[in-house]
Amino acid sequence: MIDQNLSLLLVLIPLLSATVTAVLPSARAAWLLALAVTWTCLLIAAWQLMLVADGSVISYELGGWSPPWGIEYRIDAMNALVALLVSGIAAITLPYALRSVEKEISQHQIPLFYALFQLCLVGLLGIAQTGDVFNLFVFLEISSLSSYALIAMGEQRRALTSAYQYLIMGTIGATFLLIGIGLVYAETGTLNMMDLNQRLNPILNHRTVHTGFAFIVVGIALKLALFPLHLWLPNAYKYAPSAISVFLAATATKVAVYIMLRMVFGVFTDEFVESTPTDHMFLLLGVVGVIMASAAAIYQTDIKRLLAYSSIAQVSYMALGIGLSSVLGVTAALVHVFNHALMKGALFMACGALVYRLGSSRFDHLYGMGKRMPWTFVAIFIAGLSLIGVPGTAGFISKWYFVRAALEQQSWAIALVILLGSLLAVVYVWKIVELLFLRPLPEPDTQVQEAPASLLIPMWVLVIANIYFGINTELTVDIAETAARVLGVGS
Amino acid sequence: MIDYILGHYNYWIVIFLMMSGFYTVISRGNLIKKIAGINIFQTSVFLLYISIGYVTDGTPPIIAKGYSIYANPLPHVLILTAIVVGVSTTALGLALVVRIKDAYGTIEEDEIHDQDHSL
Repeated sequence: MIDQNLSLLLVLIPLLSATVTAVLPSARAAWLLALAVTWTCLLIAAWQLMLVADGSVISYELGGWSPPWGIEYRIDAMNALVALLVSGIAAITLPYALRSVEKEISQHQIPLFYALFQLCLVGLLGIAQTGDVFNLFVFLEISSLSSYALIAMGEQRRALTSAYQYLIMGTIGATFLLIGIGLVYAETGTLNMMDLNQRLNPILNHRTVHTGFAFIVVGIALKLALFPLHLWLPNAYKYAPSAISVFLAATATKVAVYIMLRMVFGVFTDEFVESTPTDHMFLLLGVVGVIMASAAAIYQTDIKRLLAYSSIAQVSYMALGIGLSSVLGVTAALVHVFNHALMKGALFMACGALVYRLGSSRFDHLYGMGKRMPWTFVAIFIAGLSLIGVPGTAGFISKWYFVRAALEQQSWAIALVILLGSLLAVVYVWKIVELLFLRPLPEPDTQVQEAPASLLIPMWVLVIANIYFGINTELTVDIAETAARVLGVGS
Repeated sequence: MIDYILGHYNYWIVIFLMMSGFYTVISRGNLIKKIAGINIFQTSVFLLYISIGYVTDGTPPIIAKGYSIYANPLPHVLILTAIVVGVSTTALGLALVVRIKDAYGTIEEDEIHDQDHSL
């Protein structure tokens, strides 16, 4: 009974509990409910992944309407991996959120905060589960609307303008996606992804299909913060409450990468991609994005903004993986989706810990603080190594697959850009290390305590995950490879 | 040619609304006007979907004796959902503008920018 309805439960549980959370009177009760829900989701997602890890597919018919008429939830290895990632990051963010949210958000708003958090989770999980393109749009808007509101809860007033800017850009992106879906629907008369794939095949040369595809890709690229559509991202991540920076940085753009993969390869096909300039566009924007965003990261004077620019660079790597349009390229992109969530999760948690003690993430407030907060500093250091791609960390695995995917097609230039991106990462990670550890404290007897354990433990869980997935690649690489094959890339 | 232009008049309206809405979002500095622009932009998409659902000589999709050609109801249903999304986006956007007005005392983008960078 339960295992037949797994795919729906994953979306239904947080959706129902969000409404309950919103009316709970006490902040602690809201937190406890949200905690229980996210951990339940994590268990369900893990179970679901076990069922499809061998390459099989779960098809769930919503309300008993069989596809392509009804909405179908279609779970293969890729959906399940993304769902596991999203619920895993949510489950690890919540213990962290307790203290950090109490400090940053006023008491009476906390139940609403957790309700919004769960709605955002519903949206992201729904995107991962659904096999219907219009349903996907609706879930995308659920997650986006709740994240605009969550970002606006930040302490500084610039959180409001950042949320507003994100709202405008995000809505344009979503509307583009809607236009694209409409045009494709006009040509095929269906919204089910598998059905679309079949029906689009004979008419891939129609101009309406090309136009629809262009709208869809540009719309998702906005949500993905693909260079040059990334301008909303740095401020949104910087001014959001710490726990939200962690959650969004680790999941939101990753889910957008998933949508892009699903749309480009699952709905349209890689022959279509190769017959259009799509793959060249991804490669070009990926190359420019890696270099420009990494270079921009070096010149930031705020640690959260620096990491946000680094996120844009990492998303550009994933665009490179999509542009290579091979099994290895898509595998690399998916592995990086997973690993990057681990490293950015850990790094933004460490930033949150600094903000928790110091009240600011600007460089001039951070000099020498690594000596006062050694655990936080070491976490930043190890996650930073992973970001660079040092062997023994998760980051190395993804960089290794990117380089392999590039070399497989003799794209020396792209392999070189990937290495150059890592070198630039050395520069900006070193800048943080120098600032936190090598600079002297402005006043030698400043008393700053290490962050509380409830912040340190989730942070270190992610740091250890970074090392674990750098050594044991069974979960990430094998499943990503299965996913790339099920998706039918390069076949 | 004239038939082609007149026969697709709803699509011309869609394109006109889409472009004017999009242009308003990009060109205006007033936060409320931007929201209005987004609204027009989204509304054009509603019209696009409804046009897609039109079937020549079709009646509204209600089963009744003597009528066998119906308009496609699915785009109408989809657009009901999209209208809900549009309304919530507008509501959230306007709520943000109210809070911005409280915090900055203005809703002009360039004045907000000046305040943020004059510190």
